[in-house]
Parts: sequence; C-alpha cells; structure tokens
Amino acid sequence: MVFMAVTGFAIARLRNLFGVVMLTGIFSLMSAVLYVVLDAVDVAFTEAAVGAGIATVLMLSTLALTSSEERVSEDGKPMWALGLVVVTGAVLIYGTLDMPPFGDAYAPIHHHVAPRYLERSGQEVGIPNVVTSILASYRGYDTLGEVYVIFTAACGVLLIIGQPKRGRRRTLRMLVGEMRHGMRQNVILRVVSKLLIPFILVFALYVQWHGDFGPGGGFQAGVIFASGFILYALIFDVDTSRMVVPSGVTRLLLALGVLLYAGVGVVGLLRGGNFLNYSVLAEEQTVGQHLGILLVEFGVGLTVAAAMITIFFTFARQEH
Amino acid sequence: MEFLGLLNYWIIVVLMMTGFYIVIAHNNLVKKIVGLNIFQVSVFVFYITMAKVKGGTPPILAEGIEIYSNPLPHVLILTAIVVGVATTALGLALVVRIRDAYGTIEDDEIEAQENEL
Repeated sequence: MVFMAVTGFAIARLRNLFGVVMLTGIFSLMSAVLYVVLDAVDVAFTEAAVGAGIATVLMLSTLALTSSEERVSEDGKPMWALGLVVVTGAVLIYGTLDMPPFGDAYAPIHHHVAPRYLERSGQEVGIPNVVTSILASYRGYDTLGEVYVIFTAACGVLLIIGQPKRGRRRTLRMLVGEMRHGMRQNVILRVVSKLLIPFILVFALYVQWHGDFGPGGGFQAGVIFASGFILYALIFDVDTSRMVVPSGVTRLLLALGVLLYAGVGVVGLLRGGNFLNYSVLAEEQTVGQHLGILLVEFGVGLTVAAAMITIFFTFARQEH
Repeated sequence: MEFLGLLNYWIIVVLMMTGFYIVIAHNNLVKKIVGLNIFQVSVFVFYITMAKVKGGTPPILAEGIEIYSNPLPHVLILTAIVVGVATTALGLALVVRIRDAYGTIEDDEIEAQENEL
C-alpha cells in the first residue's frame, strides 16, 4: 500500500504524460495484488485485466491523438490546492479514528445481509462462488444497471468521436504510431502474440463459463476476450483486425448482450416469477438459478467485450 | 495495535487526496482523468479493506472453511471497475473532441480562447 502511495505522488509530480500512463498501469497492477491479499480474488482479476490492459491502451491512444507533454503553469494555483487537500485529508483521517480496526469480524459491515448470502447461497443458488451468485442472482438488478452504463458509455464514445469529420488530416504522429511501426517489425512480438492470442481467447471463454466455481465471470471474460483482439490490432493492423470483427457485428453484440440479460428477466416474469428471478426457469430451483446465471453472465460478457472492442477501434480509427 | 488497525484507511485517505489534488491543481485534461482514476482506486481499496475479515478466505464456498471475507463489497467493486473503465473511455473521447475543437487540452488555454470570443 505504501508503494501505491509513492506511485500516486510520482504521478502527481511527473509532467511527461507518457510516463504518467505507464505509472498508472503499474499502480493498478499493485492494487490488483493488494486485492488478492485482501481476499477479493474476483476483483483482483478484473482490475488486472482492465487497469493494466485496456485502460492503459486507451490512455495511450488519447495521448497519441493529443499531446504527451504537460505544460508547466506558473500561477500560484498549487498552493491553495495543496492547502485544501491537506485540510480535507486531515478531516478524513480524523473520521477514520471511529472506524473499526482492520479485519474485525464484528464490524457493522459484516452484520447486515452478508452472513445470509454466505450461509444460504449454497442451498438457494447452488454454486460455490458467492461473489457470482450475488452478482448475477441476488443483486441482478444492480448488475443489469451496470451493464446499461457500459452500453451507454460505448454509445457515447461512438457519438462523440465515432464519426470522423470530413477533411480531418490528423494522423497518429507520436508514440503509438511509432511504437506500432516498431512492433510490426519486431519478429519476437509478432510470433509470441500470434501464439498467445488463441490462448487468450480460450482463457476468456474458460473464465466466462467457469465463473460459477472459481473467480471469474462475464465482466472479466469480456475484458480478456476484447484484449485478445486489441493485442492483434496493436501489433499487426487495425484494419485487418477490423475485418475479423466488423463494426456492425460489435454494435449488434453490444445491444444483444443487454437484451439477453433483460430477456432472461422477462422470461422469468412470463413463467410466473419476479423480474430476474431465475428459480422459475426450471423445475428445480438450483437448476433454474444455474441456467439463469449462465445466461446472464453470457449477456454481460457479450456486452463488455463488444463495448471494449468498439471503444478501442473508435479511438484507433481516429488516425485515418 | 490501534495504529496498525487504521493504517490502511490512512493510506487510502492519502491516495484519495493525491487524486483530488491532481484534479484541482492541474490544467491538463488527461492528467485530470488520471487523477480521477487514482481517486476511484482509493475508493475501491476502501471497500475491499472493509470487506476483509481476519483469518478469512476468499468467498468461494468449500468444505471445512468457516470464515469468509464479505462478498458483497467485492461484487460492488468488481462491476465498478468495469464501469469505471467505460466512463474513463467516455472522458478520453471528450478530451479528443476538445483537442479537435480548441487545439489544446490545457484547461486555462481553453478558457482563454472562450473569453476571446
């Protein structure tokens, strides 16, 4: 954790934005390690795939499209900002004095619904990974909402920079452009990535369908799946990889994932249960729950993968 | 022991304030988004820290294990991370558009251009 704080300070001080982005990647890898130590394996999985992979690539593409140096400003702004931050921090630290100590099993947070999830989800939902059963079943509404947010964000990116302006002359002048050129020449990168990509995709599918038993699920699988395509596009060619997944297909899948999720809920309604109640999907409760969770996670995976691929290609296409 | 028990929260506060400082003190829009991300991670760590139970294991049910960490914050943060990257992408898209329109991504230069009009 101390490492994280140090990296945070370095990010604040560094003016070279390229370095900042690299440090951000390191920062999220460290937070992923921290999550493993704190028993949150699913979260660590997501953070490692998202923070160190997709977010860094997106930031780099933005830098290539804008500028990679931060201009130094001379005005006295930082002083009052520093003062404000120190005061706020002091107030917050004063607030933590009332917090229960770290790892306390009797802290209020462990008393409400959490024990019930831990005790009953084994019988009610019938899958070992409690995180998955809460995510997809008990709090299915929340997750549906999150999927909508991802869908909306992808739509927003498409609307804001999806239509290249006529007469746009911008090219990827810097970093990513040169980097990509270098990567295409590099035999080791080409061979290793060609070998790795099938495994990345297969691993994504494993994470998708094995989320009930071990750490994993639609969110992680979607991101990993998308990163397979993004790796290919980075090292080889954006246009070639675009042929594998045309924009029409990804947009369709983007909507289809959300529809599948909501559709499972509606089927539950039609079979006489509540919205997103999977118990009525089959004769036996746990079988129905299992089926529902698989379908819903598949919907999540579709939307997340399609959203990440869409967002990446929208950024990458800006160079033309 | 009292000190060690709260150390995690203090570092979270420091991280949070670092992110906050970047957001308010820097003019560069990409830097501001990075600052927001740091702030966001500090909130994530806060939730996960609260979920930890001493001697607990990851919340995957297995024979012979009695104590699990609290799975509920894990669910919330898992989805929040993916939503976070989606909204970050939206913010970066806005930055790219702003650069198109103003030719700069420094906040004060944009403001100066606005005032000239």
